[in-house]
Amino acid sequence: MSNTSTELEVTPSIELLKDTSHINALENEAIYIIREVAAQFEKPVLLFSGGKDSITLVRLAQKAFWPSKIPFPLMHIDTGHNFPETIEFRDRLVEELGLELIVRNVQDSIDQGKVKEESGRYSSRNSLQTTTLLDAIEEFKFDACIGGARRDEEKARAKERIFSVRDDFGQWDERNQRPELFDMLNGQIELGQNVRVFPISNWTELDVWSYIKEEQIEIPSIYFAHKRKTFLRDGMIWSAEDGIVFREEDEVVEERLVRFRTVGDMSCTAAVLSDAETIDKVVEEIRDSSISERGARIDDKRSEAAMEKRKQQGYF
Amino acid sequence: MEVLKIATAGSVDDGKSTLIGRMLYDTKSLTSDKLEAIEKTSKQKGYDYLDFSLATDGLVAEREQGITIDVAHIYFSTAKKSYIIADTPGHVEYTRNMVTGASTSQAAIILIDARKGVIEQTNRHFFINNLLRIKDVVVAINKMDLVDYSEETYNAIKADFEELMAKRDYQDQKITFIPVSALKGDNVVNKTDKTPWYTGPTLLEHFEALDRKDIFNAGTPRFPVQYVIRPKTDEHHDFRGFAGKVYGGELSVGDEVVALPSQTRSTIKEIYFHDKKYKTASRRSSVTITLDDEINLSRGDMLVKANDLPTVDKQFTATISWMDSLPLAAGNKYIVQHGVNKVLAKVEQVHHKIAPDYSGIDSETDALGMNDIAQVSFRLNKPIFYDQFKNHRTNGSFILIDTKSNSTVGAGFIQ
Repeated sequence: MSNTSTELEVTPSIELLKDTSHINALENEAIYIIREVAAQFEKPVLLFSGGKDSITLVRLAQKAFWPSKIPFPLMHIDTGHNFPETIEFRDRLVEELGLELIVRNVQDSIDQGKVKEESGRYSSRNSLQTTTLLDAIEEFKFDACIGGARRDEEKARAKERIFSVRDDFGQWDERNQRPELFDMLNGQIELGQNVRVFPISNWTELDVWSYIKEEQIEIPSIYFAHKRKTFLRDGMIWSAEDGIVFREEDEVVEERLVRFRTVGDMSCTAAVLSDAETIDKVVEEIRDSSISERGARIDDKRSEAAMEKRKQQGYF
Repeated sequence: MEVLKIATAGSVDDGKSTLIGRMLYDTKSLTSDKLEAIEKTSKQKGYDYLDFSLATDGLVAEREQGITIDVAHIYFSTAKKSYIIADTPGHVEYTRNMVTGASTSQAAIILIDARKGVIEQTNRHFFINNLLRIKDVVVAINKMDLVDYSEETYNAIKADFEELMAKRDYQDQKITFIPVSALKGDNVVNKTDKTPWYTGPTLLEHFEALDRKDIFNAGTPRFPVQYVIRPKTDEHHDFRGFAGKVYGGELSVGDEVVALPSQTRSTIKEIYFHDKKYKTASRRSSVTITLDDEINLSRGDMLVKANDLPTVDKQFTATISWMDSLPLAAGNKYIVQHGVNKVLAKVEQVHHKIAPDYSGIDSETDALGMNDIAQVSFRLNKPIFYDQFKNHRTNGSFILIDTKSNSTVGAGFIQ
């Protein structure tokens, strides 16, 4: 992070705090939502993946409670297939802000026989995260989990509420969602239920990038153009480093100048060709881009209703 | 750049999803992979045109039935504005979704099929938009291509709609008529030469031209305390900030304020947004306020300007839009969530059901079913600090929560 609240000097200002700019309106809305979580729930947690959306959430939470610290911990569900840059970044951020970080590993769920590792060409640990997440929610008795999902990412997400109630099994019943009226958020739940909260529901990918630029928020280096050993499959570029992504012998490894638009599980996150080495160039690239962000996520392409099915099972 | 949230309403087959898809397409907001998916599916279904409705109908059930069943949010932007479209279904039974979508919108599109004209559904959509006091409404007369772009047809529909306008409660609502063809793209984003008799703006041009004053009513500032910030660190030992969102107007440093319910007076000392101090906080900003005096305030309390107090009362009458399958009846208890304040409420009396279609047939009833709209009086276990909905869209509204299911079961507009 570029600055922590304690380091920053408070300068007296006479300007009017405006809500006219688009990003500003979204920021105000997100801060309102995050404060509602702290006020309405006993044990909230912020789900942190090390990706740009969750990093943005951390910044918003800092702003919401300043000069107090963020009054809830972060939790990372670690697939074990993360980009090493993301993990380094995560640990540094947590230390700088003095936050509590909980890590739960998908590997443990596999070792305990709760989930079975997928195999073959399209194997991924992405959907295995759900079990680890639900177990962790139960272990810590979390009643609200703040996540960085946005409605513009995917069609099923477009219908998700800001406060989205999950039953005792962590499942989403899209037919029976609470209506959300005005900006009043109903967080009443029964014991055992929990609420998934999406403060940046109304942000688009470009909004997040513009905010990162405006706020000078530090993000992991893999979001910027870098040289990487990669191979091509189905018209997408996959990382051939770290041996995480399954590669056929005839799939040729080549060094390319790439960057990642999302940093999910390595096994299902493809890179894009890019020479955007700075945040300004990334914002420019996104603005001109004609492929949606999840276009580089193979897990959504499995079927037309892929996301909706995963959500019903408790996926974020 | 500003955000404009638009609620859309129309009956099944009015072409609402096609209209939204068309807006996305003509503003180049559809990404190539999304467009590819639409092309692929349209081809599979044997269409010789692009089925833009596929861009918005997100849930499996919707794709199967070919209809929209819940509120979906669609995002696109121009150089001038960011748009959020709350796409709400048009079935009779889905009044609740329309009210939900409209409750957060500043503008609305009512879609009419040019072949069918004003139908009962149109009345309902208009009634709800008017009930929720949406300031700007566009009546889009769609499928003009199927009536040979007839000016006569357009004028006849317009005249029918104007009859409805005479009956509306909220007369300040601005209404604009636009002839469109979502399928062909006429007058949606781009002008067409098919309607030379129409000289007004296209749908998008209309929204692009809207100004803040066209969208928000002037109001009085209300500051419900959301969260109390007390860091108790060495550096900020005595800091006691009241976090919340400013509604309805501006608050400035030096303003004399009254805390409710205690009626204690104080003055605004500082306004923070994050770690920066500001002189004035505008409406809808999420700030932290400190006061000159140490007064006791907690979540649900409210700060207001000393010369502009809301009503403080334990009872009120409201228009209720009921959204649950279990009926609302006199004697039932609910939680009223008014902003961030929650109080227990008892239904005193269900006065009468309002026909939500301008038919004027109000009926006596003592219980409300799903999608009913009615006048209901409530008694609360402690006072709330409210304004009439017609004067304050935020401080005059509330939601009802079922004490057993915890579900949101109704929306209320205080009279």
